Amino acid sequence: MSYLHLAILAPLLLSIFMPFFYKRFHLIHTGWFVLPLPILLFLYFLSFIPITSTQKTVTESFNWIPSLGINFVAKVDGLGLLFALLITGIGALVVLYSIYYLAKNKEKLNTFYVYLLLFMGAMLGVVLSDNLIVMYAFWELTSFSSFLLIGFWYEREKSCYGAQKSMLITVFGGLAMLGGIILLYIMTGTFSMTEIMSQPNEIFHHDLFIPALLCILLGAFTKSAQFPFYIWLPDAMEAPTPVSAYLHSATMVKAGIYLVARFTPIFGESSVWFWLVAGVGLITLCWGSIFAVKQTDLKAILAFSTVSQLGLIMSLLGVGAFALHYEGLDDNIFTAATTAAVFHLINHATFKGSLFMAAGIVDHETGTRDIRKLGGLIHFMPITFTISMIGAFSMAGLPPFNGFLSKEMFFTAMVRVTEMNMFHLETWGISFPVLAWLASIFTFVYSMILVFKTFTGKFQPEKLDKKPHEAPIGMLISPIILVSLVIIFGIFPNLLSDSLISPAMAAILPSLLHAREAFEVHISFWHGPTIELFMTIGVIIMGLILYKTYPKWQKIFKVIPEKLSLNHVYDQTIKGSQTAANKLTNMYMNGSIRTYLVYIFAFLITLLTITLMWKKAFKLDSGNVSFIGVYEWVLAILVVVGSISILFVKSRMTSIILLGAVGYTVSLFYIVFRAPDLALTQLVIETISVALFLVCFYHLPKLRKFETRMRFKLTNALISLGVGSVVTAIALSAHSHKLFSSISQYYVENTYEKAAGKNMVNVILVDFRGFDTLFEITVLAIASLGIYGMIKLRLNRGKE
Amino acid sequence: MMKINNIILETSIKVLLFIIVLYSVYIFTAGHYYPGGGFIGGLMTAGALVLLLITYDIKTVAKILPFNYRILTAIGLLFAIGTSAGSILFNVPFLTHAFTHVDVPILGELSLHTATLFDLGVYFVVVGVTMTIIQTIGEDE
Repeated sequence: MSYLHLAILAPLLLSIFMPFFYKRFHLIHTGWFVLPLPILLFLYFLSFIPITSTQKTVTESFNWIPSLGINFVAKVDGLGLLFALLITGIGALVVLYSIYYLAKNKEKLNTFYVYLLLFMGAMLGVVLSDNLIVMYAFWELTSFSSFLLIGFWYEREKSCYGAQKSMLITVFGGLAMLGGIILLYIMTGTFSMTEIMSQPNEIFHHDLFIPALLCILLGAFTKSAQFPFYIWLPDAMEAPTPVSAYLHSATMVKAGIYLVARFTPIFGESSVWFWLVAGVGLITLCWGSIFAVKQTDLKAILAFSTVSQLGLIMSLLGVGAFALHYEGLDDNIFTAATTAAVFHLINHATFKGSLFMAAGIVDHETGTRDIRKLGGLIHFMPITFTISMIGAFSMAGLPPFNGFLSKEMFFTAMVRVTEMNMFHLETWGISFPVLAWLASIFTFVYSMILVFKTFTGKFQPEKLDKKPHEAPIGMLISPIILVSLVIIFGIFPNLLSDSLISPAMAAILPSLLHAREAFEVHISFWHGPTIELFMTIGVIIMGLILYKTYPKWQKIFKVIPEKLSLNHVYDQTIKGSQTAANKLTNMYMNGSIRTYLVYIFAFLITLLTITLMWKKAFKLDSGNVSFIGVYEWVLAILVVVGSISILFVKSRMTSIILLGAVGYTVSLFYIVFRAPDLALTQLVIETISVALFLVCFYHLPKLRKFETRMRFKLTNALISLGVGSVVTAIALSAHSHKLFSSISQYYVENTYEKAAGKNMVNVILVDFRGFDTLFEITVLAIASLGIYGMIKLRLNRGKE
Repeated sequence: MMKINNIILETSIKVLLFIIVLYSVYIFTAGHYYPGGGFIGGLMTAGALVLLLITYDIKTVAKILPFNYRILTAIGLLFAIGTSAGSILFNVPFLTHAFTHVDVPILGELSLHTATLFDLGVYFVVVGVTMTIIQTIGEDE
């Protein structure tokens, strides 16, 4: 166990002490006890930058289940470190924000911080684990803790709905991912990411390549809220705002991005990968941005914008995988797409985090998040307005903020796709820049709506619960820090290129690097009058026109009926599967014993008949049959007549007597076949059971004491005939197939010699096979105690 | 209401009971050599007691024979498991029986067998079980 392991597990360990802090130091906000940890971890992870920026990795291993190849191997490379810094950095800011956001006396702070720390530890585990099974374990822990956090206000119905929805969808994807991991294990024989990476060719030509790819992508898409799995994210907005800012903008939703980036070296060369990652990313981008415009809730707009921005990063990663088709770094135009993806990943975390926090402040200080009620807040909350404006302008891609730079690079990458002449991109490639441009326009529109509908326009104090005022300074610190980063990264974009972006790219595209080579990342502010610049200008002009005319074309969203939405599909699927399962169960579990017996016997008949046919086992051999005497004939006729007449008699009394007759005939059979012990026992037992039947008969309730013949049912007749014939056929074939002689000769020889008895049956019962007898008498004892208990202990009868 | 006089039944039972019990004991003890054994012997003893029950009522029989048949069942199980487990003490597998022939002055040659003790357990269990069932059902309203 190294310091690195300790750093990953530290949040989980600290979470154990949270309830203690909460109870013991009730006057201090529990968040203050949490805050030092992410800061310390952030500083600790910063110390790795010198190592990763020279393309080195740190690997620490801790044995967990070595016999199965499952060990907790922590590995820090550029990509993992980038995510770890995001998680701890934004984690620290979110904790600080939450201290002012959540009231000390009203909320259950102990549970909140336990969940949050669980999540933080799980997320660190996901990005820093080299062993796939360990990564999967942490992955599920993120789903689980996110479920708990979304349902934090569990007394609200919508919180529970959102939590359940996110749980179902992300766990579905997580399970698919586990399948993918297992398929990879089958292909390579190892769970270690590093070792899997070292044999890409074997994986690429394996039959299971495509299934594994699909499974892994399913995990990534559900977690990262890609189309059509994005539907859980808007409903997850029921969580407290710090949670939305942390999980659903900066970290958890990027776990899928991390997964795609991580697996690019393995799957990236396949066309399926390209089309799925880039295609689904682009669809998500457009879909999310268009639907964000429709929303009226601040957090819903942000949720859809998160979906859309994640789609953007995803599509960039898909396009970035093209770089793998080139040898080396020279003239490799598609590495720029990966640069853009990594850069936008950082940018998105900064501006989306600050926007969520600003939305939380607005909610906190006015009591609503509905933009139809808000307006004119600029005079009351100038600082929040500034934060929102910078964040939103960066999101829209306006200079001089960092969003502008990543958007330019995004356009560059998408335009370059058209130059490719593989994977049918000659014909379809043109759709990439067009869709990207379209989505950017809508991104611009909703960014404007977000800022200007909230902070400008008419102030409507009558619709607000509280009198709005500026937030306390503690609440503003975190968004101010994030927004300053937006500006700093915007003005000095190369600040991060060598320390974070280049090592991260080295982890995504390792095969392109030769020894001691590093990606040259140079993000420039001014490209000159290129096509990207004109696209951005076009976005701004079109966006302004659409924003100004928004009330006029707003109605277009109503054209799309609610029934066609994916939420409706999800709800119907959940409801439908429940009703279908109910119907199915009610159909065959009808509660009637007769039906269940029909199932059991029908199954017996089918199974045995098929086996007999299939194995060609039916055989009739009369060579082994003894002579049948007169006694046997007579007794057989008696039994047959007795049994058949039971079916046709009217009175129950008669059938009991007939049953007794059959039983006594059987004991006569025992006599004929020379089994005196059996005959004796059979006689007595038959007498007792007939007596018991008579007792039961006597106690039948008078209400329904009409006597009728048994009703004829065709199924019953067929089933009973079937069982009879199958069992007869098996008995005959078994008798005809005698494969070896009986062991009875041993008993004949040794009954007197070894057991000092002459009654062989009894000697077998008490000596040779006494063990059976021991438990048979136990069965008898249990039966008698059962009867005693049933009759004597009737506690419920009086109460009814 | 006039009491029905069952004098013939009651008298004949007094004779029959001992014959049946004697026969059941014979069947039990002869079991190792001739048809019979603990099971049928126990059933027959129970049959004798049932005849007693039919002749008299449950309370009278309980007064004559103050047995708790559930305890009898337990004793029977204890016998069976005891004889089976006893073999372990002699370092042989579970349920290994031992027997010997002894010359007793008056009775002549006698064979003693631990299997008989096991069978006695069976006998007790069967008597106990049958009587418990019949008594319980009989007492039920």
